[in-house]
Formats: sequence, C-alpha cells, structure tokens
Amino acid sequence: MKSRKMAFENLAEKLAQTFKRLRGKGKLSEKDVDEALREVRLSLLEADVNFKVVKEFVAAVKERCLDSEVLESLTPAQQVIKIVNQELISLLGGKARPLDLSGNPPVVIALFGLQGSGKTTAAGKLALHLKKNGRKVLCVSCDVYRPAAQKQLELIAERAQVGFFTMDPNTPPEVIAKKGVEKAISAAQDVVIVDTAGRMQVDADMMEEARRIKEAIDPRESILVADAMTGQEACKVALAFDEVVGITGIILTKVDSDARGGAALSIAKVTGKPIKFVSTGEKLEDFQVFHPDRMASRILGMGDVLTLIEKAEAAFDQKKAAEMEKKLRRKEFTLEDFLDQMKEVKKMGSFGDLLRMIPGFGRAHVDVDIDPKEWVKIEAIINSMTPLERRKPEIIDGSRKRRIARGSGTQVQDINRLLKQFFQARKMLFQMSSPEKTGRFRLT
Amino acid sequence: MSFFRKFTEGLAKTSKNLRDKIQEIFRPGAVTEEFLEDLEAILLQADVGVRATQEICESLRLESKKRAIRSEDELYEILTAKVKEIFDAIYQPLKVSEVNPTVYILVGVNGSGKTTTIAKIAKLWIDQGKKVIVAAADTFRAAAEDQLAIWAERVGAEIVSHQHGADPGAVAFDAARAALARKADLLLVDTAGRLHTKKNLMEELKKIVRVVAREIPGAPHEVLLVIDGTTGQNGLSQARVFAESVDVTGICLTKLDGSSKGGIALAIAKELRIPVKFVGMGEGVDDLKVFDPEAFARGLFSKGS
Ligand SMILES: Nc1nc2c(ncn2[C@@H]2O[C@H](COP(=O)(O)OP(=O)(O)OP(=O)(O)O)[C@@H](O)[C@H]2O)c(=O)[nH]1
Ligand SMILES: [Mg+2]
Repeated sequence: MKSRKMAFENLAEKLAQTFKRLRGKGKLSEKDVDEALREVRLSLLEADVNFKVVKEFVAAVKERCLDSEVLESLTPAQQVIKIVNQELISLLGGKARPLDLSGNPPVVIALFGLQGSGKTTAAGKLALHLKKNGRKVLCVSCDVYRPAAQKQLELIAERAQVGFFTMDPNTPPEVIAKKGVEKAISAAQDVVIVDTAGRMQVDADMMEEARRIKEAIDPRESILVADAMTGQEACKVALAFDEVVGITGIILTKVDSDARGGAALSIAKVTGKPIKFVSTGEKLEDFQVFHPDRMASRILGMGDVLTLIEKAEAAFDQKKAAEMEKKLRRKEFTLEDFLDQMKEVKKMGSFGDLLRMIPGFGRAHVDVDIDPKEWVKIEAIINSMTPLERRKPEIIDGSRKRRIARGSGTQVQDINRLLKQFFQARKMLFQMSSPEKTGRFRLT
Repeated sequence: MSFFRKFTEGLAKTSKNLRDKIQEIFRPGAVTEEFLEDLEAILLQADVGVRATQEICESLRLESKKRAIRSEDELYEILTAKVKEIFDAIYQPLKVSEVNPTVYILVGVNGSGKTTTIAKIAKLWIDQGKKVIVAAADTFRAAAEDQLAIWAERVGAEIVSHQHGADPGAVAFDAARAALARKADLLLVDTAGRLHTKKNLMEELKKIVRVVAREIPGAPHEVLLVIDGTTGQNGLSQARVFAESVDVTGICLTKLDGSSKGGIALAIAKELRIPVKFVGMGEGVDDLKVFDPEAFARGLFSKGS
C-alpha cells in the first residue's frame, strides 16, 4: 500500500503543491524558486543520486530557472519539471549511444564492476544481443575467484549459442584474457567479451589486476557494470574503475527492480561516460539499449510521464474528461463512472499498462488490468445493481452479491473481483486528482 | 571482548571517515544550523536516507535545545546512543532451536551475497563442532549448485541438491528430511536471487518456507534477508516486500569491506523494525561477524575504541 501511495507523491505533485502555496503571495521570487528546488533536491536524494551530484545539479537547474520564464509562468511547476527533465536527459547523455564495434575484428569488450553487480549475466546478454546482430561472439571468463563463476559463464554462453573460453583457475586472469583474445583471432570471431571477477574499488591488489587485464588485451570498450540499486557510493566506485581501466561506457543492471536508479545519474555525471545498455530481467533477452529520457523520468519518479500525457490526451473525450475531473475533485466516483472510464481507458490500451509506466508503482503491484472478455461480464454485473448500489458500492454485502450474481449470470467471485478493481481504481483516481495538479494527470 | 574488537576493527575503515568528518565540522558550543547541515550531509552520503537522516538531525536539534552540548565526546555519545537505541529497540538474538535442526533460509535480490553468506555461517557452526547441511534451492541461476557445492566442500558441510531447474520446494523438502535423518545441527537453505518486484518468484519463496515449516516444527528459525551494503534507498523496498512475503527475521548486511557505510540498515531498522543479524566483510569464509548493535553504533560515530 505504502509503495503505491509513494508513486503518486512524486516530484510533480510536490512541486505543484509548493507553487500553489507560493502563488498566494503574488509574483514568484528567487527565494520561491529555492524553496521549490528543495523538493527537487529531496526527490533526487531519495532516488539515490549522489549528494554532491545533486548539489551541482540543483545549482545548474536554478540558474536556468532564473533565466527562463519560470517566475512569470502560470504553470511554474511544469516549467521547473521541464527544465529538470531536460537537464537530467542531457546529463545522461542525451541520446542512446551504440557500442564502438569499428576497426579490425575481433573487437574486444571487457566487463568490470563490483561483486554481484551482474557482470556474468550481462556478458551473456550482450553476447546474445551482438549475435542477433549477426556477429560471431566469444565469451571469456577471467573470474578465477568466485566458485563456479567460469562454469556459470560457460552455461550462459551455451544458452546464447556463442563461443566460450577459459583456463584453469590457477592461471593469472590477464593470461586467460590474452589467450581468449588469441583464440578469438584464430577462430575468426567478430567480438570477444571478457568477463572479470567482481572487485571492490578499495581493494588495491584486485584493482591492479584489473589494470593488468586491461593492458593485456587493450579492449575497444571497457564497460563498467553497475547495479541500478546502488546508493551513494556509485560515484566513488565509478571514478575508481575509470581511473584504473578507463571505462568507455556503462551497463546498468537490475533495472527491472523498483529502484529509481539515481546511481545512473551519479555515474554518468562523474565519469562523463555514456550508459549503453540496461539489463531488465532474468532472461538473456532482457537487455535493451539505454534511453536517457526514460531513465530521467524514472529518476524523477514520474514514469513515462510524457507518453502518459500524450496517450491520455489522444484518447480522452475532452468534455467528458472535464466533467470527470470535477467529479473526482468532489471525491465522487461511482460504478457508472467506472464503466464510462473503462470504456475510455480501453481506447488507450490497458489500464495496467498505463500504470506500469509509473515507476515505484511497480510491475508487481498492478492488479487492475481488465481482460476484454471481462467487459461483457462487467457491464452485466453493473446493470444488475440497483442505482443505490452503483452509487455506493460499499453497501454491497454478501446477500446483495448473491443477488447481483444471479441477476447477471455470474459468480460471487466475479462481483468480488470487480469491486476490488473498482475500489483500487477509485483510490488511485482520487489520489491523482487532488486539485492543482500539474498537467500530467489532469484528464483535460 | 575479542570478538567485539574484531568487529570494531572491521568497521574502523568505515567509521574513521565518518569520525574525521564529524570532527572536521564540529565546533564546540551549541549545535548550530550549519553543523546540522553537515551532519545531514554525512548521514545522507552514508545511504541512511532522507527520512531517517532528518529524524536524527531533528532529535539532535531538540536535544541541543534542552542542554548545551559542549564537547566532541558528548556529541559522539549522543549520536551513538541515538543509533544504538534504534537497533536496541528491535534487538533479537540469533535464534537457535533447542531441538535439532535449526533452520535458516537466506533470501535476497540477485548478487547480494546469499551463497557466500551461507558458506560463512556454515563455517561459524562447523568451527564449533556442529554438523551443517546446506540446501541448494537455487536451481535457477547457471552453476548456482556448483558454486554452493564448492563452498560446502571447502567448509565441510553436507549438501542436498537436485538437478538444475528442479523445483526448489522439492530441494527444501529433501533437505529438511535429510537434516532430520542425519541429525544435523543446522540446515541452511540457499535460494535463488530474486527481485522483490517479481510476484511469481516471491510466491515460489513462500512455498520454500512453507515446505520447511511443515517438515520441521518451529522452522525456519531465521529467514535472513541478505542486503548488499552498497544498496541505496531501494533497500527499504526490498526489505518491505520480502518481509511481506516471508517472515523476514533479520538482515545480513554484506560487502562492508568496500567503501559503503551500509546506512540503509539504519533506515530499515527505523522504518521496518527489522534487525541486522550478520555483517559480511569480505569474500573469505571467515569474513562474517555477528551483528552487535552496540558495536555498530560505536563504529558509526565513536572515536574507535
Ligand atoms: N567484498 C565482498 N564480497 C562479497 C561479500 N559477500 C559476497 N561477496 C561477493 O559477491 C558476489 C556475489 O555473491 P554470491 O554469494 O554469489 O551472491 P548471491 O546472492 O548468492 O548471488 P545470486 O545467487 O546470483 O543471486 C561474489 O563475488 C561474492 O564473492 C562481502 O561481504 N564482501
Ligand atoms: Mg547464490
């Protein structure tokens, strides 16, 4: 429940509230902007953006806010969001950046990172991704430390149907790496992916080893594999790896968690290196090119807000929506409205899909999808209710449920399910429609 | 006493930074706004999180209104007491069953350190002459069973495992039976890493726990959530959802040998009242410490006794 609520207590709402309060005093001042930016700061900190990165970021945003028309604007909250969003996107690299696969094959890609960040899985995913793009790929495991790490990559490579190479775990990792590249040359492979052991950036010996691996194979891409759930230390970690092996890009893993992923911003900011891919699930196919705009929305806790606005705008009947909004503000929402809304929602794809675009709301907690086949049932059920029941579904008790079920030719479970969905939807709609909302959830 | 020192030493790297910073910013006399701002910065950078940080700062502010805080020592005492208080309030010693076997199930997101921590806990018991069985209920990740088997051999634990891809519930079932039949003192169940956002995987976890509970009365005695010490605010979400699904009794905070402070454990203790039971400080089997709230609190703020 808590996590659901938090999704809606996001930055956009807080800013709207702040500005509403400030508006009362007339024209906005620099101090007012400061107050609003405090919300931005907290939001970024909650998203795990590094403390110092937040500080610099907010200072930059403030400058832009004062330069622009924020102070005069009728919708200052939206202006600020827009600026924050733009700045985030540009810090995250602006647009998706491809891997550098130029030059003579085999292209060497080395993966580095902390323990448990997901290097081995990422190696397999990247291999599959490249293989699908028509490359011949060899995976090399240099992780001689973690028990069965070599075996793990071997199995993954097998699953991805790409080549695999390693050597006895008593061999120095840089030797394995080197031999792996030689093997790729002789086997005419296009790409070699070298997986290394996880290491702490404070472990001098292990960092020295990383440097030796890098020197032995001179990779075209040295990728830092970082966990999206990382906290404040992301900066130090990234800087240390960059200093020792000179990273050229980042793979962000476990993006299918509900982490807001501020670490992505921290790393991108301190290294100036692009995030190239995100790893988003258990399957080897769950691997995508990184999109800065999506990550920006996520860090802000706003989901794919822009898509959401666009979709909603395109689908909703403006007049009806205005009426609905008024009702919602009065905290009125009946089963009849529900039926109407569901019809609208149907036009813009599934409700669950829409909600899933809001991070934190989470893939896990959404249970509002309605199967098209259920439509007929829902209509029948609602039509079998008395007007009072439709207006006040709370009164529907066991005996009423049985009556409605009989009337609509359904089961009591069906009534229960419908009511549950209705209550969930109502709750969310009320939350989304508290007054002075920024445009995104306004249905007009 | 010797354990206590060992633990404090482990945290020394962590705490020294923090201590230096506090010394840097501390000016004798009243707790100024400036000081509180800096304290806030320190806590936030330790992943303690906005909310817990604000609460700690606020209570220090209130405290300073009641009495003038004049010395560094006094400040350390107050801060230490505040952190310690939070852990003390929820302190639970590690549960050991009077009837064998004691059963611990380790759960957590991918890569947090479950398997390694199993090896470490096994070692702790085996060193005391106990018989330990580990259950390879991670049948999903490639080579997970091999990894656990290697650890089991190294520390001298017995292992129960099935084929890759087998039902983890069935592994747990067999392991529970084996633990009873072979009169093991401790059964440690390794589970696959899973993100708390995956509903079906959380259901699978519930099933593992149910199976164990059915076979061994009173089990599991601990369900330990393994959290990577470098985790940010998502740790709260992890803890919340895992605790909702299976009755998490404690946290193993791993990878504190890095530069991270593991401050998320404080936020979790504060908000969800889940205690920390173990701390992981390296990749070796001996790099595990029983969590001591007193030492942790001291570690965070003290002059490093
Ligand atoms: N430095 C350090 N590394 C650790 C610690 N605990 C675990 N690790 C390392 O973290 C990596 C992942 O550990 P595992 O024990 O395999 O983690 P897991 O949770 O079982 O991982 P999955 O089963 O894949 O979800 C390994 O490289 C371990 O050596 C610790 O306290 N300190
Ligand atoms: Mg494991």
